[in-house]
Amino acid sequence: MLFSERWLRTFVDPQLDSEALAHLLTMSGLEVEETRPAAPPTSGVVVARVLEVAPHPDSDRLRVCRVDAGGAQPLTIVCGSPDVAAGMTVPCATVGAKLPGKDIGLAAVRGVQSHGMLCSAQELGLAESSEGLLALDGALVPGTPLREALAHDDTLLLLKLTPNRADCLSLLGVAREVAALTGASLTAPDSRPVAATIADRLPVKVDAGARDLCGRFAGRVIRGVNARARTPDWMVQRLERSGQRSISALVDISNYVMLELGQPTHVFDLSRIESGHLEVRWAREGEQVALLNGSTVEVGPWYGVICDGARPESLAGVMGGAASAVSLDTQDIYVESAFWWPAAIAGRARRLNFTTEAGHRFERGVDFSATVHALERITRLVLDICGGAAGPVDDQVFEQPSRAPVGMRLARCARVAGVAFGADEVAGIFTRLGFAHALRGEGEQVVFDVTPPAHRFDLAIEEDLIEEVVRVHGFDRLPALPPATAAWMQARPEAQRSPLAVREAMAGRDFHEAVNFSFVDPRWERDFCGAEQPGGRAPIALRNPIASQLAVMRTSLIGGLVASVQHNLNRKQSRVRLFELGRVFLRDPGVADGPLAVAGIDQPLHLAAIACGDADPEQWGVRPRPVDFFDLKADLEALLAPREARFEAAAHPALHPGRSARVMLDGRIVGWIGELHPRWQQAYELGRATVVFEIDWLALAEGVLPSATEVSRFPAVRRDLAIVVDKDVPAMTLCETVKGAGLPYVQAFEPFDLYQGAGVGEGKKSLAFRVLLQDTRKTLTDADVEATLERVVALISDRHDGRLRQ
Amino acid sequence: MQADLDRIVDDALAAFAAAADAPRLEQEKARFTGKSGTLTAMLKSLGSLEPDARREAGAAINLAKARIEEALQARREAIANAALEARLAQETVDVTLPGRGRARGTLHPVMRTLHRVEAIFRSIGFDVADGPEIETDWHNFTALNNPENHPARSMQDTFYVEGEDSAGLPLLLRTHTSPMQVRYARSHTPPIRVIAPGRTYRVDSDATHSPMFHQVEGLWIDEHISFAHLKGVYTDFLRRFFETDELQVRFRPSFFPFTEPSAEVDMAFTRGPLKGRWLEISGAGQVHPTVIRNFGLDPERWIGFAFGSGLERLTMLRYGVGDLRQFFENDLRFLQQFRD
Repeated sequence: MLFSERWLRTFVDPQLDSEALAHLLTMSGLEVEETRPAAPPTSGVVVARVLEVAPHPDSDRLRVCRVDAGGAQPLTIVCGSPDVAAGMTVPCATVGAKLPGKDIGLAAVRGVQSHGMLCSAQELGLAESSEGLLALDGALVPGTPLREALAHDDTLLLLKLTPNRADCLSLLGVAREVAALTGASLTAPDSRPVAATIADRLPVKVDAGARDLCGRFAGRVIRGVNARARTPDWMVQRLERSGQRSISALVDISNYVMLELGQPTHVFDLSRIESGHLEVRWAREGEQVALLNGSTVEVGPWYGVICDGARPESLAGVMGGAASAVSLDTQDIYVESAFWWPAAIAGRARRLNFTTEAGHRFERGVDFSATVHALERITRLVLDICGGAAGPVDDQVFEQPSRAPVGMRLARCARVAGVAFGADEVAGIFTRLGFAHALRGEGEQVVFDVTPPAHRFDLAIEEDLIEEVVRVHGFDRLPALPPATAAWMQARPEAQRSPLAVREAMAGRDFHEAVNFSFVDPRWERDFCGAEQPGGRAPIALRNPIASQLAVMRTSLIGGLVASVQHNLNRKQSRVRLFELGRVFLRDPGVADGPLAVAGIDQPLHLAAIACGDADPEQWGVRPRPVDFFDLKADLEALLAPREARFEAAAHPALHPGRSARVMLDGRIVGWIGELHPRWQQAYELGRATVVFEIDWLALAEGVLPSATEVSRFPAVRRDLAIVVDKDVPAMTLCETVKGAGLPYVQAFEPFDLYQGAGVGEGKKSLAFRVLLQDTRKTLTDADVEATLERVVALISDRHDGRLRQ
Repeated sequence: MQADLDRIVDDALAAFAAAADAPRLEQEKARFTGKSGTLTAMLKSLGSLEPDARREAGAAINLAKARIEEALQARREAIANAALEARLAQETVDVTLPGRGRARGTLHPVMRTLHRVEAIFRSIGFDVADGPEIETDWHNFTALNNPENHPARSMQDTFYVEGEDSAGLPLLLRTHTSPMQVRYARSHTPPIRVIAPGRTYRVDSDATHSPMFHQVEGLWIDEHISFAHLKGVYTDFLRRFFETDELQVRFRPSFFPFTEPSAEVDMAFTRGPLKGRWLEISGAGQVHPTVIRNFGLDPERWIGFAFGSGLERLTMLRYGVGDLRQFFENDLRFLQQFRD
């Protein structure tokens, strides 16, 4: 809420300067988001009346004016504004005046001495641009300093109010708060009853089924108003300083009372209520309301309406209707001031995609005890400004919010706050806040029974009152204490790896960590996850994405990493290595609600890495070569160690069909690794071979607790075997055959070289294996070694049709 | 004879000194102490002398021989050293050339912050929890005392996704990490001390808002944990996080449906470029009794505080990052600055 400090000070005037006042409000929970001067600094500008306007002897454009600026003699001032005319009251910057960016001196303008300057709003810094001179109220006395005449020495305060403090959505509300915080006295605006001088009434029926909509409905007829009356300058100024444009006297008065007292009111043009009566009820399915803002909305039983007879006319508590809106020709009006239940208004405007000042207030709660005060206040202002004769007040009171006393135990207050308060201090705080209260019990048992005032809708439980006590006492005055508590040790299980450890490991292998959005381009899901292929899974779509390329929840981290690589390649990086640890989102009917689960959605954490460009950074003494499958595989193996995964050739939509593998642990697919499909390398403009893996976090999180075995004191024997097999026999199956055979002495059987080409035959390959043999009880003889190797070769020959390379 | 010996020794010393390398030195050595060397010849001729004279002459010759061998040994070492030095000079490398191999990557700055926050809170016994990002309406709002249509809901613009929860309400992306308070508290017995860092989402995208960002939630529930303790713990956290006592922390009243009293926590550095500016750093407060009940606990017995802080904000202040959007561009030139 935006308002003028001067206006506030007409209700409460504490001995605080603007800055201290803003600090006080902020520290009591009414955050002052911004303070700014009402007008930029100026000096030497006074109210002046133009007495005569004569042509300039040497210019068609300029005039020579004689101006009464309050001095003994009129001033001669040269003016370039085409609208200047005798009789106008305008601001005059006298000699020595300071304007924003300009000092005024005695000056000869084309040979005529000018003793000052007549000013536009722009020249005074009051507007970005303006046409002509700033016209002032003719009643102002020449010579009055302009800052005084226009109350320029004022500060605007912008409050960022929290939803619980609807009571401060008015000047009176803020003033009440300031009075409570400072002890300064509060002067409420004049809302004494205005006696009826005519007997006219407008019948209003509140439907019996709508008592949960309307708690109180008050109104009165005023006849013979002058809708064309000029809104007084002081009111225009206060409205403007609250960010509201002046529209017409009747609308301005209604807005003014809302800002002043917090009660939204509505002014109907009486002659346009065709049925001659109003009815308040819940809307029916499919009913339409043509609103003041020019839109027509379709409503249903969730919305309250005010009807002209049977026809819904206004949206109750939100916005008035177009048909009965006041115009400049309006003569007779009906002024409504009502209490709408917050629950009956909440969310309605938002559902219709707009907000209104009235809706904003009613859904948070408006003082139901002040409904008629506001009506009297608006009546007084209408009669003063627009004239007319007022009818009697009709005030129908139905059910209103109960204000049952709320108990606050002094001991509970101390426990929550962490510091004890005296009963006297608490009583003082409640008194200043205007909370009726009674005290019972003694010592530890003291309880305050507080009856919340009608303007507060946020005081229903004990904690609400504790908050008030602590808030008014001052959060700053509470101590900052370290808790004392039982201390038990906690440690992560040794065999469980933390996300930090995995991140460190990835960074240690020359990957930079990326963070990509969880919502992605549907195209990535199509390309990298096969979302639209047979058996593909459609990603979960957002109902309200902010952009079409952020429209679905990712099922894979690959798309984001590819895009990040692309981003970097476009910025002249030639080698990019990135990883991300984040969740993916999969439809899964098998998932039930659980402590960390939402039914129907699997949200596993994945780790993915991507490498593009050279295997190593460019450096002296190392021949550059592009990164490939096996570089990244080494990274993944190092990450998984000491656990050993199986890599099985398999196709994946994102990957090169001949260079991709699924990663198996304990017989389960835990991830994928491969070269990005050349089609995507081209489509995503990567230009170079790019390798990628993605793996389930759970496969990484489980480590293995080391378990030591005896180290043999006898020497190991190393033998190399070159074995020729069919080209498509995976090396790993040979290793598994040998390791699984339980041969004596074989400690290791690992491939170390691969050869294809001349000498091994078409469709064949030669794999060189390193065989380590060792026994824990004796030194192996040549015979032991040879016998074992023969069994190895025989096994491979049997199972895989392999033979020793000659 | 002694004169002859002295001459021979002088000759030998001169010859050794003149020998430039090991083969030449050994040749020279042969001239004096080899089979047909001059000293060897003199020793052979001793047999013709009287015993007394032979003993005297023998001693003198042996002395001369020892002098020659000493000089020979010294010269051998000198030649070997010179050869080694020459080789080492050949082998000299430019030590200023860079080391070979791979470089080191980095943690994302926000993750760096996340893990620092974890470590600080672990140091006083906090557990760390992580949970779903697609959430139910109940966990994200209702359980946190933020019922449907409540004006407080408009404080956060929510992303909704396809699908409905078990109550028939649309699933959503969590707008804060606070649902983890509910999930953790419902599955653990008090006392509860936990932080829950993670991704959060709001419909907001401009220079200072990202539709996805990170928060860390904190929750401490026990029989005596008060608002004064919140002030103590959070102030201590900020001082440890920024590694300085030269910052001011203020708690000012605010409103969140799930805490009461509620506070906005502001901090200001007392030196440096941001000196004296109040910066919003966290929302916090005593957990609302309704929320405690939704934890499945009795608010008469269990009380405590909760807070939620933006990790991007902490990261920006800690490392002087000026633009929020940099966190999600994954530009290497940005990321590489966070090497440790």
